[in-house]
Amino acid sequence: MEWMIIANEPGKTYLMQGNEAIARGALEAGIRFAAAYPGSPSSEILAMLGHVAEKADIYAEWSTNETCALEACLGASFAKVRSLCIMKQNGVLTVGDALHSASLSGVRGGLVLVVADDPSAHSSTNEFDSRHQARAAAVPMLEPVNMQEAKDMVKWGYELSEQLQQLVMVRTVTRINHGRSSVTLGELPQEKPSPAVIGEWDRMVAINWFKDAQIAKLAQAQEIFEDSPFNWYKGPEDPDMIIVTCGTGWLYSSEAVESLGLKDTVGILKIGTTWPLPEKFIVKHLVKTKKVLVVEEVDPFLEQNIANIIAYHPELNIELSGRQGQKAIPRNGELNPDIVLNALTNLTGKTFARPETVVIPQEEAVALPPRELTFCAGCPHRASFFLLKQTLRIHEGQGVVMGDIGCYTMGGQRAGHFLYGFLCCMGGGINAAEGLGNLSRFGFDQPVVALAGDSTFFHSCLPGLVNAKYHDSNMLFVILDNSATAMTGFQPHPGIGLTAMGKAAEPVSIQKVVEAIGCQVTVADPFDIDGTTNTVYNLIKQPGLKVLILKQECATLAVRKREKPRVWVDQDLCRGDDCGCGRFCSRVWGCPGNIWDYEAGKAKIDEVVCVGCGVCATLCPAGAIKMEGGKADE
Amino acid sequence: MSRELVKDPLNIIICGVGGQGNILATELLASALVEKGYYATVGETYGASQRGGSVMSHVRISASTEYGVLIPLGQADIIVSFEPTDTLRVARDYANKSTLILTDSRPNYPLGVLIGEASYPSMDAIVAELEKLSGQVQVIEATNLAVEAGNSQAANILLMGALTALPSVPIDVADYNKVLEQRFSGKALELNLKVFKIGYEQIKQ
Repeated sequence: MEWMIIANEPGKTYLMQGNEAIARGALEAGIRFAAAYPGSPSSEILAMLGHVAEKADIYAEWSTNETCALEACLGASFAKVRSLCIMKQNGVLTVGDALHSASLSGVRGGLVLVVADDPSAHSSTNEFDSRHQARAAAVPMLEPVNMQEAKDMVKWGYELSEQLQQLVMVRTVTRINHGRSSVTLGELPQEKPSPAVIGEWDRMVAINWFKDAQIAKLAQAQEIFEDSPFNWYKGPEDPDMIIVTCGTGWLYSSEAVESLGLKDTVGILKIGTTWPLPEKFIVKHLVKTKKVLVVEEVDPFLEQNIANIIAYHPELNIELSGRQGQKAIPRNGELNPDIVLNALTNLTGKTFARPETVVIPQEEAVALPPRELTFCAGCPHRASFFLLKQTLRIHEGQGVVMGDIGCYTMGGQRAGHFLYGFLCCMGGGINAAEGLGNLSRFGFDQPVVALAGDSTFFHSCLPGLVNAKYHDSNMLFVILDNSATAMTGFQPHPGIGLTAMGKAAEPVSIQKVVEAIGCQVTVADPFDIDGTTNTVYNLIKQPGLKVLILKQECATLAVRKREKPRVWVDQDLCRGDDCGCGRFCSRVWGCPGNIWDYEAGKAKIDEVVCVGCGVCATLCPAGAIKMEGGKADE
Repeated sequence: MSRELVKDPLNIIICGVGGQGNILATELLASALVEKGYYATVGETYGASQRGGSVMSHVRISASTEYGVLIPLGQADIIVSFEPTDTLRVARDYANKSTLILTDSRPNYPLGVLIGEASYPSMDAIVAELEKLSGQVQVIEATNLAVEAGNSQAANILLMGALTALPSVPIDVADYNKVLEQRFSGKALELNLKVFKIGYEQIKQ
């Protein structure tokens, strides 16, 4: 709730989402600048800061990509302004060069980089552990266990950043970002400092001359972390085992120790400063035991760095287990309370009385249809994928489609008729297509198609398009322009004409950008299935680079703006299974609004789900799907 | 007022399909609990799509301490669900013989059913299995009642009304209405207060 993050009520406790707590912590620290590229599970942070920007007297932007965001924050930092940069784990890979360079130049105004990791990749294509980037770039990293600590760590991160003159990373995970718990508010600063004058000899220059300074800053961080209130030990003085944990592992471990009645024999060492590790603090506690279980999200990062500490301390005689050691915890996937309970049961032999549960034998259990992800009702991507699939089928050659990252990533699954053969990262499709298209000189004659959404186009397709144009690759680049960064919650991008702070801006026209590069560009409506199928077919037949913009607004946004037309099936006209269409509307088209009326043996519209786009009405061979009413309300 | 809970932590799962308002309903419930001085934590699981995927929220309530955001398997005390097959999917993992289940009966057909590869089970079969897995099952026609009251989208708040009527849930109508009033106004508030009451009466009758 936006009002919570600017509520001037120190001491008041509210239920807050982790992302709200992070935004609040940054405001309590007195930031004036925030920049991010949307990515689940981090997107709410900048969205909220944008909405409160005027009241909080800050500037917030949805940057075109993560590198733009981080380097914009470095610019603010040069004038000693505190800034917050936010991204997901994939983002921290795209900013690698900027991050490693910034760590050499250091910062002036405090700069906190919040990185939201996504263990089990709930909303991602991978579960990269961003702590590797902190270690590789020699940047201090903090890792909160709950929403309160997320707020407090972000706030303290600014003091640390300015003390060290180094950026500070805060690593969260989905369960923190999208979880909610009680957060007690601190004070909001009354006044915020103005940008400092940048003097003749002030410098933020990233060059290897400063490597010694970078190393010294990390050593200084380690000294500070030795006494950090974010690190603590809870348990007996002579434990049989110590659980070393960070992030979500703290509460799961505490519950497991309690449930198994191990409070007198198992201690928990909770680490909030995960890079660099407070070595003396860790050794002081680990010397008490012979067994250590490390509980952490994603990779055995903490575990391997503890192994590193053990290697240099002969006084430690420890059997180490975790995601690596003893395979105590699965190597892959998100933690949960049962994983921690099972690991502890396996290591201690202790069990507890679980509530009585019933397991139904498979042959007696109801067969449940899986709930696959699919495009929303009325989504223009459904139409785009349908017509692309049709076109590539009509074409005598076997078309190859390179996907990209966004809602339309689902086009590689059933929702998009398994259209993709290739998927890499943001902006990966066009580059791979450029390479493949250039094989035509060696006789490769399959049509090559790359897809990207409008937000992805701005994020990372521009260099690829220039490359494909300059080398005249034999390919079709399709931009699925739904006027939204839909997958992450409709954040505006440079093509939209709106800023994160809700102000109007002059939109950057995708068509004009493409034309300025010198490409031949066609704009078509994916809802015009027949017309656009022909357009795509004709484009594929032409040699060289072609660009097609398929433009139709995201259905979830569109439905908010206009009165919904009513779409229904005239069951007198629907010929049911005698039609010969094979239940086209529900089986092939696959929109959640098109259902089958088993009693009547006819098609039906689920009017609760339908958004009234009416495309199915144009496709029904019997003309049984009708549409009426609806008007633009803008 | 006694703050003690019938069971501590009290574990509630609220589940359904993306777009049904699961996350908002959960946030309102947990806010009302925190306002009342309880520890409440919420863990939300949703897939990549805005709509159409399974969505599950875990709420853990305690009078004494903060719990992790996820409920261990087999330890849900109450399951509230907006979609019958998702009720069963969640119950198989999280229900035990004391679990109380409130479920809407309106199907939301997954892709496999739409294209005819899978069939959607009957409500009778679903309820029969739910009864084997749990302590008590109550079917509430939440979406249909919400449509009658004015908007299918309000089914989420209607089910929150039913949940609030359960004796083990330590908030009452006034507590929930307070958070509704904080967040809504005008017609939306009117509708939400109305469907909340309808849901509450489904249990109290």
